Amino acid sequence: MKIIICGCGRIGYPVIRDLLEEGHQLTVIDENQRAINDIQNTFDVMTLCGNCATASALRDAAVDKADLLIALTAKDEINLLSCMTSHSINPKIHTIARIRNPEYIEQVASMQKLTGLSMIINPEQSVADEIYKLLKMPGFMRRETFARGQVEIVELKADRGSPLCGLALNQLAGTIKCKVLVCAIVREGTCLIPKGNHTIQEGDRIYVTAPSDSLAILLKNLNITTHRVKDCMIIGGGRISYYLGQRLINSGIKVKIIEQSEETSQLIMTQLPRCTVVHEDPQDQEQLIKEGIESFDSLVTLTGQDSVNAITSLFGASLGIPTIVTKFDQMSSSQLLGKLPLGSIVRPQDLAGNAIERFVRAMQNQTGAAVAVHTIADGLAEALEFEVDENTLHKDEPFRSFKLRAHTLIACVTSGYTTEIPNGDSKFSLGDTIVVVTNQAGSVTQLNDIFM
Amino acid sequence: MNFKMIGRFISYVILIEAGFMLFPFVLAIADGDDTAIFGFGITILGAVLLGLLVLLLCKKAPIHFYESEGFVCVGISWIVLSLIGCVPFILSKDIPNFFDAFFEMVSGFTTTGASVIPNVELCTRATLLWRSLSNWVGGMGILVFMLAILPAGRSNRGFTMHLMRAESPGPSVGKLVPRMRQTALILYTIYLVITILNVIALLFTGLSFFESICGAMSTAGTGGFGVKADSFAGFPASTQIVTTVFMLVYGVNFSVYYLLLIGKISSVLRDAELRLYISTYLIATALITINLFRSSLFATFGETLRHAAFQVSSIMSTTGFATTDFDTWPALSKGILLILMVFGACAGSTAGGMKMARILIYVKSMARNIRHSLHPSKVSAVRINGSPISDTVITTSNAYLVAYVAMIILSFLLVSIDGLSVETNISAVLATSNNIGPGLAAVGPNANYAAYSSFSKVIFCIDMLAGRLEIFPILVLFSRTTWSRKA
Repeated sequence: MKIIICGCGRIGYPVIRDLLEEGHQLTVIDENQRAINDIQNTFDVMTLCGNCATASALRDAAVDKADLLIALTAKDEINLLSCMTSHSINPKIHTIARIRNPEYIEQVASMQKLTGLSMIINPEQSVADEIYKLLKMPGFMRRETFARGQVEIVELKADRGSPLCGLALNQLAGTIKCKVLVCAIVREGTCLIPKGNHTIQEGDRIYVTAPSDSLAILLKNLNITTHRVKDCMIIGGGRISYYLGQRLINSGIKVKIIEQSEETSQLIMTQLPRCTVVHEDPQDQEQLIKEGIESFDSLVTLTGQDSVNAITSLFGASLGIPTIVTKFDQMSSSQLLGKLPLGSIVRPQDLAGNAIERFVRAMQNQTGAAVAVHTIADGLAEALEFEVDENTLHKDEPFRSFKLRAHTLIACVTSGYTTEIPNGDSKFSLGDTIVVVTNQAGSVTQLNDIFM
Repeated sequence: MNFKMIGRFISYVILIEAGFMLFPFVLAIADGDDTAIFGFGITILGAVLLGLLVLLLCKKAPIHFYESEGFVCVGISWIVLSLIGCVPFILSKDIPNFFDAFFEMVSGFTTTGASVIPNVELCTRATLLWRSLSNWVGGMGILVFMLAILPAGRSNRGFTMHLMRAESPGPSVGKLVPRMRQTALILYTIYLVITILNVIALLFTGLSFFESICGAMSTAGTGGFGVKADSFAGFPASTQIVTTVFMLVYGVNFSVYYLLLIGKISSVLRDAELRLYISTYLIATALITINLFRSSLFATFGETLRHAAFQVSSIMSTTGFATTDFDTWPALSKGILLILMVFGACAGSTAGGMKMARILIYVKSMARNIRHSLHPSKVSAVRINGSPISDTVITTSNAYLVAYVAMIILSFLLVSIDGLSVETNISAVLATSNNIGPGLAAVGPNANYAAYSSFSKVIFCIDMLAGRLEIFPILVLFSRTTWSRKA
């Protein structure tokens, strides 16, 4: 497909990477010449320096022949105008806009005819949702949902003393007394797709597929104490904090927000009247102590600076706060991050990319294409959800009778309301949902690609 | 410096060259020409083995590939290309001396068309075809060809831009469509189609099939290797007129043809570079015609116009064909031709020289500087086609100008050692570094470069490569940081 992407910042970059991997033709527009040059030198795309809301720039980008426009700049107004302009030039175009200001979201629906909007991306809200999920089930570092919410892939860390350490995967079921499957292991910055005889080592982060209803049992049998989060300290009072604070308060969790800027703290105080908002520099640890940081059972660091987030989370960990979530905008070295006690790590850019990729796949509507793609293991592996259709090979054959390609496994098979963690005798049939995990990003686009 | 990745691209280039050599090889078999069969056969075999060996050695290459790698890769590729390409000449004994053969091949791939062969009509047909084919491949570029046939990559193929930028002429190189492979394919398709039209046109003017193919390929690359000793003088007037038009056509930026294809005619008509190119051509032709007619070198006005139009087209597009010995022309006409040698044709074409786009930038930025000194607080930009040109483009264009002038001065000094006349030396340096071919006096259209020593020929080879690749890819090869392990 011919796709125009407006804005190539933090959110745009991974989107460009993923869509290219899927084989689309991209034209990228950005006002920043340096950013545009970087993109031009990294990716095989066409680039254009200009204002993406102007008809002339959009015409230069051949908007009349494009199938989709994705507006991802930091300004909602520019994004909306860009969608409207391109829609007026090319009424058949689909548009996706990144909209951050919640006040706009309500009116967007009525503007659908003008903008041709097919989807709204709100990375801040997605991040807040993600963090909320993690706080509801502390112990998991990350959760990804599949098959209409029936299956999840969760991230666990094999800390010192955990019963997971030194355990071979084929003994796992015996230890934790419920049916799960380890579908990926991240060890020292690389991701491996394990076989039954692999052993979990201390420091590994493992990705486990399990039916949603057995998650609680899994935690219990791993001796991970899951005290319910009762209160939460949020560092930084930006938009993510607003969305997260709102959800936490609605579910009865006490929230204290520390914000450095007076203006922002005023704003979030008016938006979230039931939160305690403190205007204080989070880099001043003394002040955090004064605000009683030790007494909180969860800490979420959401400032705009990765370094402040990292240091505050490390400080929280040193005080023994059990549940910590750290947001990173730029840092991506999983080799470095994996070694530090930063708790769960969320990256806004990954979330937006996943949602857009899913939409584009649905737009193409290829038979056999994945209905959902989730990036897991710090982007080192992909979990893809497929529907079994008429063209799928090896239907109703036991798994032991055919071979999958290397570094690929079937994590689960869901038919109707039952989810099965597969073994050699399992089979799938028409209409089932399958989740496939591979660390060869981009190698699997159709379900039949996974077979040898 | 990621030499493994560079090595991998070079191995592809070697294999592609071996593939192109199959054409003269097949012709040699058809002609039953034993020395040519031997020469090309051995070279193809050797090149394939060498290519596979390099490919094997560079199997596990790290992915990072930046500007400097692009320059080095293109620079080395072109030298390797010429080194391998000249082997058949030596083996088939058409050009027994290594330096002569290497000069001939560099001249071919850089689309210069300067020759050391005293009488090309004595060469085998396979050799002639290979000379013309080298013009054709060199015109659009071998790495662009590689990008066109290399399987579509996954994501991080942005580095292909570095290769295209280093190989394609012009101050700012861009893509036509988002994917590099598609862009390269479009360029080569347009190129091939125009070449085929050229072959057909030449056939209609009464040339033999072989002459048409070779002539069209040499014209297409704006190379100028002929199959006749007297270049185009012996061909009928219709052939000369057809070639005049086609040389002009190849001197136009190929993205113009793409814009025509997708129906953006108005932006083509408004293109400043194209306008400058056409008007320079018309003015130069008019001046030379008047100058020649007044000195009554030719019998009729029509004949004068025909020769002037052909010669201006040939020099501006940096092809270097000749219909007459322009060395006997009056000084004004020769002067205009020398200046046109430096100007060249449009960026993004197969022509050499400084390119009209740069001339535009120089003239406009000079005008801005003058305006600025009169009115220091005025804010202004250099605009081409209405949009401002970034300062980086102006800076690199200026750097190019400095390097270009330095190269010409230095080469002029070095080739002067051989003791030929100043007119010969200066025109020879200009004709090689702008990829034209024939110069004036002892290197005029009826003479060749055989009079120069081997040392001078090597200097000319460097000039030709630097001229075709716009200096920097060759210049970085002389930089110590390129070869040091760090950085």
